[in-house]
Amino acid sequence: MQDGAVTLLFIQIFNGLVNGAFYALLSLGLAVIFGMLRIVNFAHGALYMLGAFTAYALGEKFGLGFWASLAIAPLSVGLFGMLLERTMIRRLYDLPASYNLLLTFGLTLVIQDGVRLIYGISGQPYAPPQQLSGATNLGFIFFPTFRLFAIVVSVVVCSVTWFVIERTRVGAVIRACTENPTITRAFGIDVSLWVTAVFGFGSALAGLAGVLAAPIYSVDPLMGSELIITTFAVVVIGGLGSILGSVVTGYAVGVLVAIGSALYPPIANTLIFILMALVLLLRPSGLFGLQEAR
Amino acid sequence: MTTMRSAAGLCVLLAAGAASAQYSAGGIKVGLLTDMNGVYSAISGPGSQKAAEMAADDFMKANKDFAGKVTVIAVDHQNKADIASNKASEMYDRLDVDAIFDTVNSACALATSAIAAQRKKVFIDTGAGTSELTNEKCNKFTFHYAYDNYMLANGTGTTIAKQGGKTWYMIYPNYAFGQNLERQFRAAVEKNGGKLVAPSDATPFPNTDFSTYLLKAQSLKPQVFGTMQAGADLVNVVKQYNEFGLKKQNIGLAIGLLFESDIAALGQDAYQGAIATVPWFWNLDKAATDWSAKFEKAAGKKPTFDQAAVYSAVTQYLQAVKRAKTDEGEKVVAQLEGHKFNDFFARNAQIRKEDHRTILDVYQVQVKPKSEAKAEGDYYKEVNKTPADQAFTPLSESKCKMAQ
Repeated sequence: MQDGAVTLLFIQIFNGLVNGAFYALLSLGLAVIFGMLRIVNFAHGALYMLGAFTAYALGEKFGLGFWASLAIAPLSVGLFGMLLERTMIRRLYDLPASYNLLLTFGLTLVIQDGVRLIYGISGQPYAPPQQLSGATNLGFIFFPTFRLFAIVVSVVVCSVTWFVIERTRVGAVIRACTENPTITRAFGIDVSLWVTAVFGFGSALAGLAGVLAAPIYSVDPLMGSELIITTFAVVVIGGLGSILGSVVTGYAVGVLVAIGSALYPPIANTLIFILMALVLLLRPSGLFGLQEAR
Repeated sequence: MTTMRSAAGLCVLLAAGAASAQYSAGGIKVGLLTDMNGVYSAISGPGSQKAAEMAADDFMKANKDFAGKVTVIAVDHQNKADIASNKASEMYDRLDVDAIFDTVNSACALATSAIAAQRKKVFIDTGAGTSELTNEKCNKFTFHYAYDNYMLANGTGTTIAKQGGKTWYMIYPNYAFGQNLERQFRAAVEKNGGKLVAPSDATPFPNTDFSTYLLKAQSLKPQVFGTMQAGADLVNVVKQYNEFGLKKQNIGLAIGLLFESDIAALGQDAYQGAIATVPWFWNLDKAATDWSAKFEKAAGKKPTFDQAAVYSAVTQYLQAVKRAKTDEGEKVVAQLEGHKFNDFFARNAQIRKEDHRTILDVYQVQVKPKSEAKAEGDYYKEVNKTPADQAFTPLSESKCKMAQ
């Protein structure tokens, strides 16, 4: 009996890591955008949904499978993000934060309704690729193969992103662009181009999460609006703009929710917000956030 | 007082010119109060509006006296009970709506029912599940059409238990509808010799990830995994039920409330073998198929059972108005009560006088694989038919004060 309980706990921790993989990918995108541009992107959930719908549309219209979509959908969503940045988001940089909220939240509604006009409110079917369908025997449990794949993608993408931004020259340029645009410009770097690229990259991450979610969750116009609330809580707990913080917190929150739902389901979703409230009380800049005056 | 009487008399005289019946300002106004854009709009929404308009048109064509007298308006309640309450008042008071239909959302249905009782105007719910409408919260002006939670649970729970599905594990969304449905299912399963291998789990609502419960089901190994989720939540549950390969582990799927739109969202193979109870489906028989073809031509897609129920309910209402020769609430109620009928939607139907539950034959269906489908949207194989008098809460168990 004791043994069974331990196995169950172990299973739920493992399962939580998978859910965490999505939180991590999504909050990573948010953190990159906030960390570099100081924009809280409420349209992130809509971009995630667009990623899933792009994959669906690619399959429906062009017969492209999951693997092609895995490359094309994030790219398209990234390009769409860059377009948004160039035409609209750009104007927010010197405006008060409330404009940020109004614009990005407004964009969410426009994108959601746009998709709804085309595809309707109910979901669309999307199957995992042949190679990854079915379940794998992990010894202690049968686990969907696709979810194992999702966790691998998430870990790889998160680590690479962290490494690029924190440890490479490209990252140094990006950080310079946001910390002191004027001086960076003096070095002959096209700051505005980098800023667009960063926003595009953050959007592409949302798109990627969307493609990965398509075979697991219902593909419907409102799929992003649910997840985005949790994602924001993750980002706040991790520390706004902290890349490491959002990734680690993403996984941790996934595990927390899984254990919570196994022990006492009604509290599962509330747990995140309890944790968020505690963090805001005790360490307002988040677990990994720098003490930054803003 | 005298002026009012003479004014009323004048109205009667004026009205008497056209037909010897009296209708309120603007003729007979049918109001649809439902979710026009949100999660339930595929089940109800614009499709229900179309169905109501078709019903009004067909009725006016068949009854020349009524030509041009019946109008339909649709109002959105956004799935919020407080908005439903305000809109229902506005419809009855300001828009001269004579009867409200549909509502689709249980909380909105209960809110509308309360307003209907206050205003003494008819309310016929087709889309909401809560059986409280004809039990604890019943009233003289509220009618419940199509289905309810008791019928779903009693039909599906009993059928599966009788087929040998004795051990169950269930999950339900943690709000009024889910709690009520879970209770009803548990009762039906236990009454038929089944048992729950673990207490049912209440999941957050709305929710996207159900892996925790599916993993739990894997280790509990029940014969039946029952899900009381609806709409997008149900789609997530079923998608992940397949992902975790529960069917291969011989854990069957029972669905509390299943709509055609939920199946379309995943493809029918994902639901293959799942059992649910429905009051109607589009290719149930010739009458149903013929009507559905007409609907599809007008609306561009196949009807859900809620939309078909709206057509049927609006038609029954208009015929009651015709019999009553007035659209005055109390008199129409008197005509509806106890009325027996058959149409393309309802078989062996009766609007029970005692609790205003419309009883009709209902069907236990099993989702067939795509390979057996003869047409697009041919989802169901009928495995059992529960006759009208056994499908719904027996009057002896009714908690409706009108029934006692």
